[in-house]
Amino acid sequence: MRSLLNFLLRIHFLLLFILIEVFSITLLVNNNNFHRARFVNFTRQLAGNLYDKTSSFKQYLSLAEENKRLAEENNRLLNIIESTYKSDEIFFRSVNDTIYNQRYRYTRARIINNSINKKHNFLTLNKGSLQGLRPEMAVVSEGSIVGVIKGVSKNYATVISLLNLDLRISSKVKKNGYFGSLNWTGEDYQTATLHEIPLHADIQLGDTIITSGFSSIFPEGIMIGFIQDFEEKSGSFYEIEVKLSTDFKKLNNVNVIGNLLQTEQIELEKEAVKND
Amino acid sequence: MIKLLPRYILSFVLLVFLQVFILNNIQFSGYINPYIYILFILILPFETPKWLLLVLAFILGITIDLFSGTLGMHSSATVIMAFVRPYVLKVISPRDGYESETLPQLRYYGVNWFLKYSVILVFIHHLFLFYIEVFRFSHFFTTFVRVILSSIFTILLVLISQYFYRKDTRRY
Repeated sequence: MRSLLNFLLRIHFLLLFILIEVFSITLLVNNNNFHRARFVNFTRQLAGNLYDKTSSFKQYLSLAEENKRLAEENNRLLNIIESTYKSDEIFFRSVNDTIYNQRYRYTRARIINNSINKKHNFLTLNKGSLQGLRPEMAVVSEGSIVGVIKGVSKNYATVISLLNLDLRISSKVKKNGYFGSLNWTGEDYQTATLHEIPLHADIQLGDTIITSGFSSIFPEGIMIGFIQDFEEKSGSFYEIEVKLSTDFKKLNNVNVIGNLLQTEQIELEKEAVKND
Repeated sequence: MIKLLPRYILSFVLLVFLQVFILNNIQFSGYINPYIYILFILILPFETPKWLLLVLAFILGITIDLFSGTLGMHSSATVIMAFVRPYVLKVISPRDGYESETLPQLRYYGVNWFLKYSVILVFIHHLFLFYIEVFRFSHFFTTFVRVILSSIFTILLVLISQYFYRKDTRRY
């Protein structure tokens, strides 16, 4: 017992260090949304990787059976298509109802906390769930993009700024409609990068980039910025440097856009993926 | 020893103030974020008990964290730095050891020694801080460049601060 105490006394520095360090990191993981997400992601990925490996091996074993099943299914589907062609005639009627057709609802809010010098920047708004804000709503300022609401409390909301390496925005070139995904470079608060624009697209310096409206969050046509520079990336895509039209350094008032049909769209898309 | 207490409390408050209200708002091209507040750990007396070193480092880190809304980030980095400080001091000690009645500062042991001392500790602190901020290795080189550039800036500020002490406190 005595020698154990002596031993503990001898390594008290190391023990204390480990204790405080573990405490700090626990604080970090529990209190910072981003770090928690990363941590959970990491463990999930580890498990997922393992499952992936085993399942790909299992798949290989049942390849022959799978092939047969696919062939049968193909056959069945071909039959169905043929029959629909002949018998079905279905038309959709579009109804122009001003009450039920409202798709986006705007709310005015003020920014009460903002940062631009981290790699994962967040903003805080002075309105929350009591004022009708929900996660996954779009935030714009004077018609140009700011970010997406991440979480809401009763009276406040946190927004993932466009200046966050984790946010990707579906966007397109205004004049010809080629779309790609845009995210921040992580360096300068005025530039972002637009990927996946094919080489045959006709683009020029100064062309306008807007949101595509393909995601359920942003309506189509929200201003993002202008093409500042572009280069050919290995493969068949351009990598386009976009100068953002929003000045994140002097943001004050913003509009929050709620998509009234968001749940409907997401549910439909989910169903489509499930049936796939 | 006790005579030093007010001076260290003052420098703690001053450094936190400087860091939170001035340096945290400065940003050069997204790469350079100097963190001068760790000067406090650098200049603690040689005789500081090791456990006190860790506790002080934690308090300093958590204070900065509370102000910048990143609970746990700075404190974990400062605690690591405080943990390695005794070993660094041992490794780079002058031939005849540290004299009593002196502090780990430039005016007692010269530019050469002080530079070695601060470069090692500042680099360790920044390395840990920036990687835990990014929390991934996919931006390894950009982060590394940020670490190097910010370290250089912090060391510059630390060196400048050393010339601010009054000359008459040579022996306290």
